[in-house]
Amino acid sequence: MQLSVWTYEGPPHIGAMRIATAMRDVHYVLHAPQGDTYADLLFTMIERRDRRPPVTYTTFQARDLGGDTADLLQSAVRAAYERFQPQAMLVGASCTAELIQDDPGGLAQALKLPIPVIPLELPAYQRKENWGASETFYRIVRALAASSADGSPRREREAGARPVCNLLGPTALGFRHRDDLAEVTRQVVELGIEINVVAPWNATPADLARLPQAGFNIVLYPEIALTAAQWLHRQFGQPFTRTIPIGVGATRDFIAEVAALAGVDASPVLARSESRLPWYSRSVDSTYLTGKRVFIFGDATHAVAAARVATQELGFEVVGLGTYAREFAREIREAAAVYGVEPLITDDYLEVEARVGELRPELVLGTQMERHIAKRLGIPCAVISAPCHVQDFPARYSPQMGFEGANVLFDTWVHPLMMGLEEHLLGMFREDHEFADHAPSHLGAASAAPAPAPLRVVETVTSTELAWASDAERELTKIPFFVRGKARRNTERFARERNVNLITLETLYDAKAHFGR
Amino acid sequence: MNAHAQACAVTSAASPDGVLRERGQREVFCGLTGIVWLHRKIQDAFFLVVGSRTCAHLIQSAAGVMIFAEPRFATAIMEERDLAGLVDANDELDRIVTQLLARRPEIKLLFLVGSCPSEVIKLDLSRAALRLSQRFSPGVRVLNYSGSGIETTFTQGEDACLASLVPVLPAADRSARPSLLVVGALADVVEDQFKRTFAALGIDQVAFLPPRRSSELPAIGPETRVLLAQPFLGDTARALEERGCRRIAAPFPLGGEGTALWLAAAADAFGVSHAHVERTIAPLKARAERALARYRAQLAGKRVFLFPDSQIEIPLARFLSREIGMELVEVGTPYLHRDHLASELALLPGGTQLSEGQDVERQLDRCRDARPDLVVCGLGLANPLEAEGLTTKWSIELIFTPIQGFEQAGDLAELFARPLLRQTRLAV
Repeated sequence: MQLSVWTYEGPPHIGAMRIATAMRDVHYVLHAPQGDTYADLLFTMIERRDRRPPVTYTTFQARDLGGDTADLLQSAVRAAYERFQPQAMLVGASCTAELIQDDPGGLAQALKLPIPVIPLELPAYQRKENWGASETFYRIVRALAASSADGSPRREREAGARPVCNLLGPTALGFRHRDDLAEVTRQVVELGIEINVVAPWNATPADLARLPQAGFNIVLYPEIALTAAQWLHRQFGQPFTRTIPIGVGATRDFIAEVAALAGVDASPVLARSESRLPWYSRSVDSTYLTGKRVFIFGDATHAVAAARVATQELGFEVVGLGTYAREFAREIREAAAVYGVEPLITDDYLEVEARVGELRPELVLGTQMERHIAKRLGIPCAVISAPCHVQDFPARYSPQMGFEGANVLFDTWVHPLMMGLEEHLLGMFREDHEFADHAPSHLGAASAAPAPAPLRVVETVTSTELAWASDAERELTKIPFFVRGKARRNTERFARERNVNLITLETLYDAKAHFGR
Repeated sequence: MNAHAQACAVTSAASPDGVLRERGQREVFCGLTGIVWLHRKIQDAFFLVVGSRTCAHLIQSAAGVMIFAEPRFATAIMEERDLAGLVDANDELDRIVTQLLARRPEIKLLFLVGSCPSEVIKLDLSRAALRLSQRFSPGVRVLNYSGSGIETTFTQGEDACLASLVPVLPAADRSARPSLLVVGALADVVEDQFKRTFAALGIDQVAFLPPRRSSELPAIGPETRVLLAQPFLGDTARALEERGCRRIAAPFPLGGEGTALWLAAAADAFGVSHAHVERTIAPLKARAERALARYRAQLAGKRVFLFPDSQIEIPLARFLSREIGMELVEVGTPYLHRDHLASELALLPGGTQLSEGQDVERQLDRCRDARPDLVVCGLGLANPLEAEGLTTKWSIELIFTPIQGFEQAGDLAELFARPLLRQTRLAV
């Protein structure tokens, strides 16, 4: 058993629902007890979908357990087929139905419906939402693409014909999938490449049957589409992209990678495509961003991409990097090694909170949960990854990917810090009585408190070994409070390394000279 | 085909009493959802669901928002090895509870809440609660109930929770004066209003279940009169009756009329004179009527369709019909407790179409055919129906908002008026 106060991911059948709901003409019959229908509201409320997810739940109750839940499942499948007339049916179980072992897939197949019936085995006690989405997408691709093709490798493109690709990965309830898809589509079309199928987003089963006709696949979200892309590669020899076009550099790499797979020249597109991020980042107003200490947590794809943008494109320093997705722990470990930080692989948000508390970053890039953590700790934050919140489905166009995505990243990551610059001004005028430390702040109660939390934390840790002379302590308060914690930490580290027990004014400035800003 | 015809025959049936009883997909929450309001009501209680990742995900999704602080509920998520018997689930549960109580020393009452998976694998939480109670006594009391979807629908989770409290309520002294026990979670502000009104009526021995703190468990006995504040408390009422309490039959305190009848029934049980009841209640009822008048003008004659959700649909329908003048197209309820709702049913207009249970697809068909002015339904259905041009009111708000009592009658009506008012304002 695992004690969980809050979870980053739902159970795997929620992942399956994200695939089914993204598609058209598919229906998912879920063997599940009453209550599991709560999942509908994720789509209708958080994503504001105007249709119910295409899901029928058997909603069995205790009295059915004594009778025949298998019958209940079969009649639900039959009724769903008659009412919705889908082109393909997904059939599976949620956690409780898995325990009663009715074999929903087998029971549904026994009905001999005139459409493909795809059984889903999603072990609810081992796996989670993203895995469920990935497995469902793989199963559905496998069932529908294999049945239509003769298994032979893709046909060679005729000379002069336009190259063709598929876009794989965007789902319902995905973090900015709607806008990423539009942005990447624009980019691909600009390269002169034809898009054969986008899946699962808006795809029908008939569309999936056409997947083998493309020359290669673009994988937008490996968490969702990597397994399917690997199978398509093995089965039909379709290569697939590895670069995730988040940030200017990665978008340029992505264009080059796609162009190479398509056999087209990327240079004209690369020459005219531009983002405002590079200039905004070089403009003098951005110098204050230099070396900002940033903590990053999310799904692996978004976290790794964010680390690259943070360091190379905004000049931040990554002080922490982590993910809740154990399936992608390797990617995070590799990236963490590049930045010289300890990777954090956990799905316990209390652990994440503790790490943020220890590291005291100046900016947190995370999920909605890290947004709350950062708010509690009085640290600016931007959201970069699922799990999604109603705010993550903005009315405006707001991709993360491509050149426009890079503009969005600049704005959403820097704006919380712009407020930081205002606080700097506040610090400059701090002698004026209306600008005291306890003046109201947008960062909430934590930073508005007369003595910011980090000071207290450090004091309790160090009181036994190190002491501050009162003039040094006074001098410390003259430093703007948002760098004061860092100054205190550095000075104490400096003192400790030199076995200095009493920190004087001299120690403070010696340490300042040693570390620089 | 034959089998199909049979299946249809059992999914829907209009009984001789005119109530449509349906079996099919039920678009309702399970009883775990009750934790969302119960944990806020009993301030030193913690709710530990013994279940799956689905249970954890349900509660955080139903709570609607991410948590801002460490909440007083959590899930012990069962994993493969718990099911495979590699570890004793009881040892694991003990380990988790120990870990939890070490982290949260302020917890005085811990509910182990059963879920669908824990019920299906027959994990005996009552024994676990007994064992853990002994271990952590006297600091912490451990109780258990089931909020599983296979046994409970939405608000039945509160019923199960309160029923689990009944055996540990202290016994009242033999010489105790008659006392009133108001049962069902109410907002604190509503409780305080009722307390004042009962005092004005001359009933001063009043306690509420659930209490705000676990140390304030009311004493009960044969002199205790039980007044239900919520219509979904069948098991709790039975457990109280088994301990000698007597239930006061009454409608529920929704709207001016409902609240007046509810208070009057209590006053009657305590022998308060009709004249005094009238004197005390009349000004309050008049104020409620003034508050309602504005909404009555907006809502009278509008047709409303209620999907089954929290079991408060029948008292709500009575309020909407009698005090607001709305026309009832269909009133669905997950479960119809005829006994507790007898006085409510008597007040409904003759011929009101009631439905019990659900086949959501058929019910949606009926709703679309009827084109009501307002649909009261759950969050999974609301936006899709809005997209079809129907106007909706989320039923869950009726559970999370203080709506009982005279002073809230206007607020209750406003919940129904707002979606319609919004329609008239928007020009996009």
